[in-house]
Amino acid sequence: MNLPNAENLIESLKNKINAIIDSNTVLIGVQRGGELILQKILPDLKEPIATGSINASFYRDDFSSRGLKIKNTPSKIDTEIDGKNIILIDDVFSTGRTVRAAMNEIFDYGRPSKIILAVLIDRNEQELPIAPQIYIEKINLPKNQHLELVFDKNKKFIFQLKESNV
Amino acid sequence: MFNPQLNEKGNLNHLLSIEGLSKEKILQILDTAESFLKIGERDVKKVPILRGKTVCNVFFENSTRTRTTFEIAAKRLSADVINLNVATSSQSKGETILDTINNLIAMNADIFVVRHSSSGAAHFIASHVKPNIHIINAGDGNHSHPTQGLLDAFTIRKYKTNFNNLKVAIVGDILHSRVARSNIHALNILGVPEIRVIAPKTLLPYEVEKLGVHVFHDIDKGLKDVDVIMMLRVQNERMDGVMLPSQEEYFKTYGLNQSRLNLAKKEAIVMHPGPMNRGVEIDSAVADSEQSVILPQVTFGIAVRMSVMAILAGQYS
Repeated sequence: MNLPNAENLIESLKNKINAIIDSNTVLIGVQRGGELILQKILPDLKEPIATGSINASFYRDDFSSRGLKIKNTPSKIDTEIDGKNIILIDDVFSTGRTVRAAMNEIFDYGRPSKIILAVLIDRNEQELPIAPQIYIEKINLPKNQHLELVFDKNKKFIFQLKESNV
Repeated sequence: MFNPQLNEKGNLNHLLSIEGLSKEKILQILDTAESFLKIGERDVKKVPILRGKTVCNVFFENSTRTRTTFEIAAKRLSADVINLNVATSSQSKGETILDTINNLIAMNADIFVVRHSSSGAAHFIASHVKPNIHIINAGDGNHSHPTQGLLDAFTIRKYKTNFNNLKVAIVGDILHSRVARSNIHALNILGVPEIRVIAPKTLLPYEVEKLGVHVFHDIDKGLKDVDVIMMLRVQNERMDGVMLPSQEEYFKTYGLNQSRLNLAKKEAIVMHPGPMNRGVEIDSAVADSEQSVILPQVTFGIAVRMSVMAILAGQYS
């Protein structure tokens, strides 16, 4: 199948985020895809915004079956998040379990007044009462296919489809 | 070679000694510890990954620091922790080690942190428990103290970035020190090119060179140009005149003072596993100096122990 153009999706996401940010906003990228998107759009936002990055490995609900897999860097939220409006950014939304884990971790840092979830792609596989408020495209894929945001050789973002057995 | 630490998939099922761990395995533990270190700096110093698990600290030999840091580590992972000071309970009533452990397994404990005065105790227990039970050696006799070896490696990496151009000196009672043995093995596996041991002949094990170390009896020669100085505690019970003349004499010949520290590289770090005897193996001013990383070692120890417990508990078979 034809995968959507990641650069275009990121551009659209940036415009939607630009329309809702203000001085009370904190942008948090979910590692690894969300963090990459955040770093890409940050210089083009209309005002400087506080940021953070979440690696929710320690909060996942599949720890006892999958074990601990630490591939990315530790979570880093150095800014105050009490009373802030957080926009949580991820590349692909599927079951909602990663977002649940990320939200649990965020609440260990403080009590935001609001969290909005913004993603490029919604896979329509929701398993929890969690859904993105902002998404650019909806795609249906077989369960064993994993959509990953990577760089191509020209340093442009592309989506890559990977078969997985989990 | 039979390695009771690893399961059939080659994953870590117990942590019994540094020997038998690959460089990749050690680096995995250190990298994971790096993530846990950040959690210790947060307001809420807790993550839920060991929620519902029970960690038993079974200490057949007394310890405060090691037991406390294991307890804090388990609690920060949301495990339930039980501390058993067996030295003062069932053992004195004649129960065997295995009976003590089996009773605790019957109470559905998942991870055992074991310290025992006999070398090999943790191996013995590990070879008698079901595969879903994990044993962590918190020190067995003169043999091994693997989490100390790991936290010392973590500390060195923090301050020196990499291992492959370092000179490390270990000073003091090597003969009775499980810390020294674990450190020598860890540093060799991690590729430290020069490990020195500095001690009088009476406090060195027979054929210690075979562990891959350079032996010095003169501390002034041994400390020349080193990047890391690891001091060992001189156990007071060794001070009865057989192995060492007196505390004063030891401090004069092997104690780390400022002028000896100046023989090492300018940015050398000073480490000590604690508890330290100020004025015996280390001068008070040196212990409190800018170059001392003794208190950071304690902080790092918690993160490293969290990492070990999380990795063990994540090995389902």
